Parts: sequence; structure tokens; C-alpha cells
Amino acid sequence: MKQVHRQWRRVLAATGALALAAGLLSGCSGGGGTPLLTWYAMPDNGGAGARAQQCADASGGAYRVRLETLPNDATQQREQLVRRLAAGDSSIDVVSVDVVYTAEFANAGFLRPYTTDEQARLTAGMLPAPVETGMWKNTLYAVPFKSNAQLLWYRKSLAAAADVDPTSAGFTWDEMIKAAVGQSKKISEQGARYEGYMVWINALVLSGGGQILENADAGRDARPDLQSRAGEKAAEIIGNLARSTAPADLSTAKEEQGRATFQSDDGMFMLNWPYVLAAARSAVKEGNLPQSVVDDIGWARYPRVFPDMPSAPPLGGANLGIGNYSKHPDEAVALVECVNTLEKATQYMLDEGEPSPYAASYDDPEVRENYPNADLIRDSIAHGGPRPLTPFYVDVAGSVIQTWHPPDSVNAETPARTDQFMADVLSGRRLL
Amino acid sequence: MTTVETPSTREARGDIATSDRARGERRLGLYLTLPSYIVMILVTAYPLGYALVLSLYNYRLTDPGGRSFVWLQNYWVIITDPVWWNDFVTTLMITVITVAVELLLGFWFAFVMLRIIRGRGPLRTAILIPYGIVTVVSAFIWRYAFAIDSGFVNQWLALGGFNWFGDRWSAIFVICLSEIWKTTPFISLLLLAGLAQVPEDTQEAAKVDGATAWQRLYKVTLPNMKAAIMVALLFRTLDAWRIFDNPFVMTGGANNTETISFLAYRQNVTLVNLGMGSAVSVMLFLTVVVIAWIFVKGFKTDLSQVRGGQ
Repeated sequence: MKQVHRQWRRVLAATGALALAAGLLSGCSGGGGTPLLTWYAMPDNGGAGARAQQCADASGGAYRVRLETLPNDATQQREQLVRRLAAGDSSIDVVSVDVVYTAEFANAGFLRPYTTDEQARLTAGMLPAPVETGMWKNTLYAVPFKSNAQLLWYRKSLAAAADVDPTSAGFTWDEMIKAAVGQSKKISEQGARYEGYMVWINALVLSGGGQILENADAGRDARPDLQSRAGEKAAEIIGNLARSTAPADLSTAKEEQGRATFQSDDGMFMLNWPYVLAAARSAVKEGNLPQSVVDDIGWARYPRVFPDMPSAPPLGGANLGIGNYSKHPDEAVALVECVNTLEKATQYMLDEGEPSPYAASYDDPEVRENYPNADLIRDSIAHGGPRPLTPFYVDVAGSVIQTWHPPDSVNAETPARTDQFMADVLSGRRLL
Repeated sequence: MTTVETPSTREARGDIATSDRARGERRLGLYLTLPSYIVMILVTAYPLGYALVLSLYNYRLTDPGGRSFVWLQNYWVIITDPVWWNDFVTTLMITVITVAVELLLGFWFAFVMLRIIRGRGPLRTAILIPYGIVTVVSAFIWRYAFAIDSGFVNQWLALGGFNWFGDRWSAIFVICLSEIWKTTPFISLLLLAGLAQVPEDTQEAAKVDGATAWQRLYKVTLPNMKAAIMVALLFRTLDAWRIFDNPFVMTGGANNTETISFLAYRQNVTLVNLGMGSAVSVMLFLTVVVIAWIFVKGFKTDLSQVRGGQ
């Protein structure tokens, strides 16, 4: 009998504790009338959180902000957000969305569209290319928070030895491969079976004047368009590079392996994001890299596919959307406007190394001091080519990566095979 | 009572249902299981029915407007697609290898646990510990052990830079190893329960009749624990057939190591392709039903007739 009593008491105590905890939790979110905005942000070194706090303090009690950090990996970020938003999660007020998923979220009705008035205010002074990634059917659904563009990095001494000038206007992939093979050195590019490979393929196709989807707006009915002059040339370049001596470990290489190869004695060319320069500098500071290597690094616009056609550098970055189920959309817009001012974006570029979507950021003296290639980054973003803005991006990218991997299997028939496979996947006739 | 009724004679007369005791037992059983029966209906039958309905649609969570009824097209796509069959073969390989090895190892462990006199407690604990570890954690342990950069296995075996996860069969080998390590305790525990039920006097009788140790095993022990073996095999086979954690953590499905559960996960969660994903899930469910049916028929054991006191 005693035993039973004690058990009952324990159950009661546990229930009481639970009730108390629930009360405390709800008390947290209720908090005295001031709306608490939740921002699902991408992980960084605290830059987003600090800016959100500044804005909350400056709002004069209009809102408070809580930061919810998303996973590291873009695929997992999307999975979490899709799950929450599909269930109508009203706790998502502001959300950071990778540029490639904005169309999908907008089409699904997950994001509250910005009004034309808000669009004008929020995107004033921004480069058009990143803004384009936040548009879906001529409406702004997500405003650029950070941007990015790949550059061509090269070792000046080796380029001189090969007698090529990567900064010259007409420098092409073919010339680059020839120069690297001639010097028995390496070209670092991302060819692993992941999104980075899609970034490369897309940039080649766009630089050649083509596109992966003919009418991305059409969603499921979009027509794949790789079987074209641009698509076939892209396949030729990737196949040639993969079967030459120039790549180190193309079929498994991601950004960081590429950077390691480029910094080694074998490195000659590298296609990579602007962070690599800062990373090389901090490697020098830590004593892992001689200063002479950093001094030898040059940069240029993404190489051309055809000599007479300007390249379309790969465009990256993230946008800020307003959750469609948010209970405080007006405050959320105010928060987005506040964290995304020119000054804050410029500071974010300095603190976190993520290029700003504002043209004027690159004229800032401190930015120019930290980024000797500031003008090139701005120019590359301005002419950057987005990956297909389609609600079925995961299927499109998946079909391309699956049929183009490993890179050394790519040949003249690959684009046609991709078109067929992608059309089948989009229409639900094949499993991805 | 002058005559002793055996169950078989009663069955032969066909009056088992009219026995008062059986009827009472049946009613009591029904009452006792009713609450869980209702809960089961709520938590399994409803989602299952919903999945069945969804599987007839071409439906993308992120494209609600594009939802359309396609009858059985999803199923047709799945069974004619190489992706499904590839995953099917992978799952089959993992299931056959792990269950076979685990059954042998499990028997050995069960015998040791039954017969050991000294140190019985510590031994049983030691055998059961792996089963207490969360599967994802054990998957990470094995992944790190075999990884190129942080692993010690390559160093121990002097394999240099061999990439275990870079090839289908070596990756499946590691996945199976981890699975066997983790779940052999489960199967041995079930077998131990079966072994303990084999009456000692039948063993002694066989011994008196001059049966060898092998004969006692095959003629006395194994037939007496048929139900336990079937339960162990059935549970483990179904578990292995639905394997997800190990391939997810170790390879992410690369190099043809994707399993059927993984495919369902990818369609449902990554691609949010709910129609196709539900169809894959239903197919997985059907394969599970087939496996269970084969076991129950193959062992000719009706678990509902295994009762105490008979």
C-alpha cells in the first residue's frame, strides 16, 4: 500500500512540474504585449544575431527578436523550413532562404509577398541580379540579405610562365585548361555529387548563352533546354577538363578541397567564392601558409565559354522572406528593413565575409581595404547568373547532377540524356 | 477424470470454441486488448489509410495547385524504375547477411548466457550493452572507426587510404557490421527466452535414450523453441528490412547504398513528393506484410495459439 502511495505521489509531482514548465514556457512567448519575432537565420559568427538585437533595441519596444539557427547544410535548412511552413508554423516571422529555394517557397505560398512600396524601399541601391533571385512571377518574395559570386583565382607566376593573361577580356575555359595542362598544374573546381557541381554546370551553360530550363516559370511543365549549343559546349568543357591531367580529384572535390589544392605547389587555377582570399590570409597568420603564396594569388572574372560572349559568374547568397503565417508581418517587415540597411550589409560583409547585395558597399573604404578585389566582386555579382528560378529546383538540380556525375563520364550525348531524364522526373515518370 | 483430453483430440472433435474455459479466456482477452486495439486503429490505421489515398495522387507539398489524381501511376513508375530495384537489392543484401549472421551469433550468445554459472550477471550485461546504444550513435561510432581521416580500422589492418564508403560492397559490409553489432543482443535475448522454456526433463530423456549432443539440439531443443526462433527471426528481418539509420549516417545513400526506407524518406521529406513518397511507403508496407506471411506460413506456427499452461 505504501509503495502505491509513493508512486502516486511521484506521478503527481511529475505532472505538477510539467504544468509549471508549460506555464513558464507560455509566459516566455506571451511577454507583456511586445511582439516577439522569430528569425530563422543561417548559422554565422553572430553577425545576424547582433544586428537583430540592435534593431530590436532601436525599435523603441515595437518588437523583440529571437534567433533560431538553421542547420549548416542548405538541403537540411530547406527540409526544416518546408516542414514547418507546410504545417503553417506561425512562429516563423522572418526566414533566411537560400537563393535557389526562394521560387519554391514563394510558389508554395510559404512567403508573404512584399508590396511594391516595400519592394522599392527594401531593394533601393541593390544590384539587380541578387534581387532577381528573390522574385517569383514579377513579385518580390524575398529580399537579398547576402550575395556571392565565384571568381577565377590564379597563381600569377604560373600564368606568366604559361604566357596567359586570365584578366584579359576573352580568356576562356579552353585556354585555361590548355595552360594548366601545359604547366602540369591543377585547376580546382567543384565536381563532387552535390550542389556545388550544379553551380558549375549552370554557370557554363549560362556563360555559353544557354539555359537549363527554357521556361522555369512553368514549374512542372518547364522544358529542359540543355541540348543546345551552350549545353553541348558545357559538356565538352567538363568532359575535357575531367579527362585531362588538370583536375586533382574532381569527382569528390568541394570548395575546401579545391582551396587546399590551389594553395599547394600544384595549384594554378581555381573557381571559387571570395572567402578564399580571407581564408588564405588567416592561414598565413596561423603559420600554415607562406606569405609568398598569398602574394602570388591573382583574381579575374569567371572565364568565358565562347571568346565573344561575356561570362555569367555563378551567383550565390541568401534572401530574407516573411513567413506567410506570421502573426506580426508588419513588425517582421520592419525588422527586415532594419537588419538589411546598406550600413548593416556593409558591416556584415566586413564581419562575416559575405558579399553585400548593395552596389555602394563596394565603395566603402574599409571594404576596399579588406577586399582588394571589391570591384571585381561587384562586377561579378552584377553580371552573375542565377540557377534556374523554379519551384522544382530540387528535381532540376538532382536530374542534372545525377546525369552529369562523375564528370569524366560527361560527353556529347549527356545534354540530351539530361533533358529526357529531367522531363521524366518533372512529370513524375521517373524516380529521382 | 478418467480420460485425458489432449488439445488435438479436442480440435479433432471441433468443439474447442464451445469449451467454457476457452470462451471465457477469449472474452477476457478481448476486453484486455480493447484499449490498445482502439489506440492502434487511431495511430496506425488512419495514417495508413491516408498514405494509401495520397499514393494515388501526383502531389507536391510545395506545389499544392499541381495536385492531380493519377490512379496507380505512382506504383507503376516505382516498379519499372531502376532506382527502386537497386534499393530493393541493397535492402535484401543487408537483410539476408545481417539476419543470418545474427541468428548464428545470437544462438551462441544465448547458449553461453544460459549455461554460464559464474559471472552470469556481468556477461549478460556485456552482451546486452550494444543494444542499449541509440542506433544513430552506433552508426556514427562505426562511421568514425572506418573513416579515412579519423578512423583507426585502416591503421589496424594496414589498409592505408582505403575508402570503405567509396564502394557499394565495402560500404554495405560496414553497414552490416554495425547492424550486427548493434542488434545481435536482441536476437540472443529472444532466443535465450526460448531456450529457457525447453523442459530439462525432455533433454534428460533424450540423453537416457542415447542421443548425442547434436541430436539433442536438432531433435529436442530446436523443435521446442520453434516459436521463439520465429519471433526472433521475424522481428529481426522486419527491422533489418526497414533499415535507415546506418546508411543515412554512413553514406547518405551514395554509391548505391540507399535502402527502401531511405527512398521513402527522400521522396517524402527531401523532395516533399508526397504522392510518390506515400506509394513507396505503401510498397514498403506490402513487402513487410509478405515477409511476415512467409515466416508465419513457413514456420507453421500460429502465435495466437501459443498459450501458457498447455
